[in-house]
Parts: sequence; C-alpha cells; structure tokens
Amino acid sequence: MKNQGPIINAQYIRRLVPFLVFCLAIVVSFAAHFLPGIHAARTFREFILEMTAFLPLMFILIGLFDVWFPRSMVERHIGKESGIKGTLWVMLLATLQAGPLYGAFPVAYILWKKGCSPLNIFVYLGAFSALKIPMLTFEVGFLGWKFSLLRTVLSIPVFVAIAWLIDRSFMNRPIVIKDGGNTSMPKSDISNGNRDDKIKPPNTEAV
Amino acid sequence: MKLLLIITIAAISVSLAKDRKRAWQGIKKGLTMFLNLLPSLLNVLILVAIFLSLVPQSRIVALLGKESGIGGYVVAALIGSISLIPGFIAYPLCGILVKTGINPGVIAVFVTTLMMVGILTLPLEIKFFGARTALLRNGLSFVGAILIGSIMAVIL
Repeated sequence: MKNQGPIINAQYIRRLVPFLVFCLAIVVSFAAHFLPGIHAARTFREFILEMTAFLPLMFILIGLFDVWFPRSMVERHIGKESGIKGTLWVMLLATLQAGPLYGAFPVAYILWKKGCSPLNIFVYLGAFSALKIPMLTFEVGFLGWKFSLLRTVLSIPVFVAIAWLIDRSFMNRPIVIKDGGNTSMPKSDISNGNRDDKIKPPNTEAV
Repeated sequence: MKLLLIITIAAISVSLAKDRKRAWQGIKKGLTMFLNLLPSLLNVLILVAIFLSLVPQSRIVALLGKESGIGGYVVAALIGSISLIPGFIAYPLCGILVKTGINPGVIAVFVTTLMMVGILTLPLEIKFFGARTALLRNGLSFVGAILIGSIMAVIL
C-alpha cells in the first residue's frame, strides 16, 4: 500500500485534473452566461459546502477507530470456535473492516482454514457488507440515524438467514473455499476507479 | 452535524489522553484516507452536478420517486448489483438523491444491493467459493435487499 510518504505528489495532482477542468468550465460558463453550466456550479457548491464539513471529521473518527481496534484483536477469538459465540465474534470482526466485499473473500478463506463453520463464514460476508462501522458513520452522516438504524436492524436477520440457507444447501457435504488463485486478487489500484482498496487500513491487508 | 463534532472532539481527547502517539497516528491515518479519496469524490460530485443540471429533477423523481412504484426498486436493484462504487462515495451520493426527492426505500435497495451483490466481482467470487455457492449467495442477497428496501419504504 502506497499510503506512506507524502501523498500530495505529481500523481495526486493528475487525479485532480478533472476538477481543475471543471473549475475552468465554470468560469467560462459564468462569462458566457451558459445557464446549465451556472446551474451545475451552484449544485456543486452546495455539495462541497456540505461535505467539507462532514468528511474530515468522519475520517478522523475512522482513523482513530482503526488504531484502537485492530482486526487482529478479534481474529484471535475465532479459531475453531463455532456456535452462537463464534457467530458474534465473526460479526464483530466484520464490523471493524473497511473496503469492498471482494476484499472479504480472502478473509473468508482464512476463516475457513482456521476451522470456522460455513454458517459463520457466510455470516461474516453478510456482516461485512452490511455492518462495517466506518461505513455506518457515513450512512448516519448522509442518510440519518433513522435510515441507518432501520437498515441495520433489518439487514441482520436477512444476512443470517442467507448464511443459514447457504449452509443448509451443502447438506453436510464439506465446504471448500479456495484461495482464489491469489494472483487474480484485485490489487490496490484497479484503474483509478477503486479507491476503497487504497483507503483500506493497512492492517487489513496482512492476510 | 454538531453531534459529529462533539463525538470527534471527545474521541480525539480520549485518545490523546490515553496514548498521544497512537492518537496522532490515527488522526493522520484518517486524514490520509480523506486526501486519498478526495479527487475521486470530486469527480463523482462533478458528474452528479452536471447530470442534475441537464436532466430535470421532475424526470428523476418520476423514475425513482415515491410515485414510481415497483419500477424504481427494480432500477435501483439492478444499478446497485452491477456497479462497484465504494461506500465512501455511494453514501454522499445517496444523501443527495434523497434530498432530490427519491424514495428512501429505493435508496435502501440501492445501498443494500451495492454492498451485498456483486455481478462484476462474480467471477472472482466463483474462484473462492465455487459457482453454485457464489450464485446462491448473490441471488439470495438480491432478494434480501429488495425485501429490506420494501420494508423500509413502508416504515419511512
């Protein structure tokens, strides 16, 4: 992960080019009284005002959360454990993470190798998609408490049910999870389009 | 907003009191993530701003608003299943959409499918879990997401 070192560099400036072009377009729009351009500029200003207030604070919280609750802390408790206690631990593990769902597949493989039950592995995937705390802070910030709480409360039974159904679908045949050929794992930068990988805290990478 | 400010200040104070070095490490990490995200977020906001200036709001609301009925859910579920948008960008976007007048239930379907169903990453998922399990998980998640969204639409 290239998070180390100064982050404002030539590559970073290059990523800002669309923004700079947009600023230029706004100036031209105002000068030429191009109405859609002016409208877009106003909307954009609204977005920015709202987000610059929220985002840095949220990210500070996420950063602090990450240093105080490293994933390894929870991983120790999963081991061969199964039953409801193991289920709660995998859910806790999932809430401490960030990143896209495909980042959870290698972790599922590790869990499987450690003897985690299929039910718990799929509960983990469900919790990973629905209960990540960094994501919840965003959800609360932009969609409100009511929306987030309701979605979370509704999601838990749904993903537990899904995990249970998948577990049952094996009908006691042993489940096999492969390591995905490893080389095929998306690495930090699928084009510039996938930032979640980049902002995944470094300690989630050490699988 | 005030609440977030209070929570952040409280978290920073407690962290600093507990372990100064670790607290700075966390703050730095958070702000680095923010800077990393910023260009992408700006790009998305630019696209949305341009989109909203070209397409009249009434058209969007007709497609995805409260009156849109089942069609809005289907559109939201399909877009959510196919796209690979990081949550850090998806949530701000959804916040904007809700304010534009889009049905919260539709937003819930979009968010849930976005997080749980991954059509583009399906080949990768198959490599880990096998085709049967991967398809089963995605199919069940798709149904589950629509279920969650419809319940939310009724309550919200």
